Amino acid sequence: MIKVVKPGLLSSIQDLGRTGYQKFGVIASGAMDPFSHRMANLLAGNEENDPVLEITMMGPILTFEEDTLISICGGDLSPSINGQPVRTWRSVFVKKGSELKFGRCHKGCRAYLAAAGGFAVPEVMNSKSTYLRASLGGYKGRALKPGDLLETGKPSLQSLKMTEYLTKQSLDRTFAENDWGIASDLIPDTAANPEIRITRGRQFDLFSNESKVQLLNHAFEVTAQSDRMGYRLKGPALLLSEHAEQISEAVNFGSIQVPPDGNPIVLLADRQTTGGYPKIGQVAAVDLPLLAQAKPGDTLSFAEISNEQAQQLLINREMKLKELKQGIFLKTRGGN
Amino acid sequence: MRYTLHPLGDDAVLIELGKEISQETHQKVQSLTAFLEKHPPEWMIEYIPAYTTVSIFYNPIEAYQLSNGQLPFDFVCSLIKPLIEELTENDASEPQIVEIPVCYGGEFGPDLDFVAEHNGITPEEVIEIHSSGSYLVYMIGFAPGFPFIGGMSEQIAAPRRDTPRLKIPERTVGIAGMQTGIYPIETPGGWQLIGRTPVKLFRPMDESPTLLKAGDKIKFKSISLEEYYHWEEAEQ
Repeated sequence: MIKVVKPGLLSSIQDLGRTGYQKFGVIASGAMDPFSHRMANLLAGNEENDPVLEITMMGPILTFEEDTLISICGGDLSPSINGQPVRTWRSVFVKKGSELKFGRCHKGCRAYLAAAGGFAVPEVMNSKSTYLRASLGGYKGRALKPGDLLETGKPSLQSLKMTEYLTKQSLDRTFAENDWGIASDLIPDTAANPEIRITRGRQFDLFSNESKVQLLNHAFEVTAQSDRMGYRLKGPALLLSEHAEQISEAVNFGSIQVPPDGNPIVLLADRQTTGGYPKIGQVAAVDLPLLAQAKPGDTLSFAEISNEQAQQLLINREMKLKELKQGIFLKTRGGN
Repeated sequence: MRYTLHPLGDDAVLIELGKEISQETHQKVQSLTAFLEKHPPEWMIEYIPAYTTVSIFYNPIEAYQLSNGQLPFDFVCSLIKPLIEELTENDASEPQIVEIPVCYGGEFGPDLDFVAEHNGITPEEVIEIHSSGSYLVYMIGFAPGFPFIGGMSEQIAAPRRDTPRLKIPERTVGIAGMQTGIYPIETPGGWQLIGRTPVKLFRPMDESPTLLKAGDKIKFKSISLEEYYHWEEAEQ
């Protein structure tokens, strides 16, 4: 069990999303950075979709009421255990009584904390993700508060083997990190001001020639009016070549829609299921982690790729991930 | 059935079945979704129907593996084509008729008088017109179970508020332009509020989590404040 001493800015339980209910208007929710979410789970010996804690910008203070195997992936929010810095993107065994704290937003802005067995919260509509606006799912349908107690589920065999190995390493220290982590070429480079690859949106051709050029040649700032639903961007106004009312249709994670004021909005995990604004672009799935790690004040620039390239990039990454999963499994089974 | 296919990100195909909002296009959307409900393809994760489109979400990696190396979008399109071509517009299931009781005016409908004045009629006439119409749910979106409804009389149309309210209580019935709708959960919004229903539109613990779905027909029924409270209590 993990106790919440301080909740941080916005810490909520998320899995990979509530699928199957979007036809009823129920939003998908889920991790903003699904890649980091999956990696955190793999390194804790969990299933990829297990619920983890999504931590935003200012992290929480947590105390461990029992020995726990964890992993922290995603943005580097300077985590430390009992005052000692702890590395991200690896398995960490934490002894009972330890305190996990976060500090400065060093790189990115969202960290994912997985605990072996996953956080034990009830499933609502096929998912354990928190749907903040409807107060549903996750931990009591809300972000964490001081005093909350997070139970973890039954650890997998893999988690137990990882724990067994790391227990031997911990000796007299209060925590132990694995001596191997995720290869750096697999970790998305979440530098500030990333270049994000996009494909053309369905209404791309309705925009003026000038706006089409500006989309790809100007930087757009992530404004403070950005949240899990979407990032509101500021840059040159993107305008239609002539006014045209759109008919509402489905939107997706990473859809870039443009309201009449010309300031684009990139839709994210808590997006509505449908939208009526024209979509000028669509962020390639492979670059969603870069987007999710951008924080207010950062600027984004967009580079166009084809739909074929976008899918091929995604397939390439997933194939590497498959190898990595096998690698983790073999290392763990072989007692590291 | 005429249609076009478009990518919607790397894990969805948008199927466009018409260019304008009409009962005819709605019928096509209904036929396709009825088919997807009855025979969900194994590669499909879920679908979102809208006025003129149905978007199907899939797992691109599973599709890639099933296809022996074809690009997921191309592969999924090759499976969708024969499926749509076999459909006829009569495949849609019979519409469900849902009666929604509404307590009009008063505290629940602070803009009823405005809607009446705007149209040069009495509040009673607004209620009479609103509750005697027959409405069609074209699509669900915006919020869980929020219906986009067609069929409202022009006689009670009213513009949105200049400044949206920060909080509109759940189950409030409103009018915006030529549309009428019901807010299933508390949200900010700019609609003119004319009443409230005691019936829950969003029921997350039920197997079917929303009262309404695309294709339903709605009839509003005017009820008294007493009936409202009686009904609301029964809903809890």
